[in-house]
This record gives sequence, structure tokens and C-alpha cells, in this order.
Amino acid sequence: MTHSAIIPRVSIQTEDFDLSTEVAQLRNGLPGVGAVCSFVGTVRDRNEGSSVSAMELEHYPGMTESSIEAMIDQAMDRFDILGARVIHRVGLLQPLDQIVLVAVISAHRGQSFQACEFLMDYLKSHAPFWKKEQTPEGARWVDARVSDDAASARWGLPAQLQTGG
Amino acid sequence: MRVHIKYFASIREAVGQGAETLETSAATVGALRDELLAKGGTHGEALARTRAIRMALNQVMADEEATLPDGAEVAFFPPVTGG
Repeated sequence: MTHSAIIPRVSIQTEDFDLSTEVAQLRNGLPGVGAVCSFVGTVRDRNEGSSVSAMELEHYPGMTESSIEAMIDQAMDRFDILGARVIHRVGLLQPLDQIVLVAVISAHRGQSFQACEFLMDYLKSHAPFWKKEQTPEGARWVDARVSDDAASARWGLPAQLQTGG
Repeated sequence: MRVHIKYFASIREAVGQGAETLETSAATVGALRDELLAKGGTHGEALARTRAIRMALNQVMADEEATLPDGAEVAFFPPVTGG
């Protein structure tokens, strides 16, 4: 029994989030939960050899939410988990800011660990977000990483960086 | 038929606009891209096949072979970099 009707599974927001609050809501009323695994992504002050003073996150409203919902559906199918919560911030962010939360609950730890990594790898290479960094050399779009494709390939997910357009 | 086109991130900046609506007879996403490329100018540069571009049809990732229904929403964007 999960409680997806009570709290949303996916939130795209400009506001910050509180990990403890989110985990408490996710666990609420589910005595069968024995494991919570969460990942929080934060803004670094350096990338690709430059200092980063700020980061602007753009997304595709509508598709962002529906694609992450579909990823959570897949995670629920693949792993023995009881629920998941994803929050992704958009807009202007500074170094030290939180960007993304993935939290998963299950009866035992193995499935939560795996599902959390699966969701994060999937999101990185398939959810429609784009980062633009402010650096001393000017603003630049962040390039997609081959290593992110390799991470999602572990789960049998398609690569996004195939050659050609 | 009419299609609604959206551009994001570096593609949006290169085209110079975030969205446009077009009358087209293109049967597929790829044929629509060809039609936009044929306009030349910023469209020609932004959607060039030498660029890494991902596409979505009605908000689901799609390839160029995907068939265009009437009233479709087609999006062009660079590889994603969230998380």
C-alpha cells in the first residue's frame, strides 16, 4: 500500500526543499518501510575548469513532470519499493544550493539503494532540463556527459548522445 | 495540418524564439525538421544535422521517423543536462 494520492511524486519548483520534511512525508503511515534512501544534488562552484558563480535551470513544463512520472512507474515495476519522491528545482541557483532530491522507500535497503540510483541515472540522461552556468568567461550551456549515458546504460536505458542529430 | 513547435535551451537561443505554430504537410518529425531547415537563416543553423539535437513528439522523446498527427506538439532541444 502506497500513498501517492496524498503527496505528489514529482515536483518541479523554484523553491528550496527540506530533506527531513520530504522523507517524513514519504514514510508517513507506512509501518512496512524499513529503508529510506535519498540523494540530494547540489550546485558546485567549479565545473570544467572554471569557477561557477550561478546556474540557470531551464525545463520543458509538462514533459518534465510526465517523463519523471514514467521513470517512477518504471522504478516501481523494476524494484520492490513502496514509494518514491522526486523534486527538481528550476530557475536561478547559486553554489551550495540544492538542485534535486530523489528519495525512495522500501522494506529492505537493497531495493531502495538501487531504485534511487536508477531514478537519478535515468533523470540525468532523459528528463528535459538544461543547465546554463555563469562563469568569469561568460555564460555557457553545460554539455551532456558521456559518463551519464554510461550510467544509464547499466540499467539498459537508451543513450542520448548517439552521433548525428 | 497545424503543428506547434517548441525550442529549448541553446536551440531556442539559436532560433531566436521559444515557440511557433506552422501549417505543414510533413508526415514525420524528420520531414518537419527538413522543412524548418529549408527556411535557412537562424532555423538552418539551429536545426542543422551536424548539431546534437533531441526531439519530442507530444511531450515524449521521439526520433525523426515518428509520424506527425494533426495538432502535434514537436520540440527540438539539445541533450539534457538536469540532475
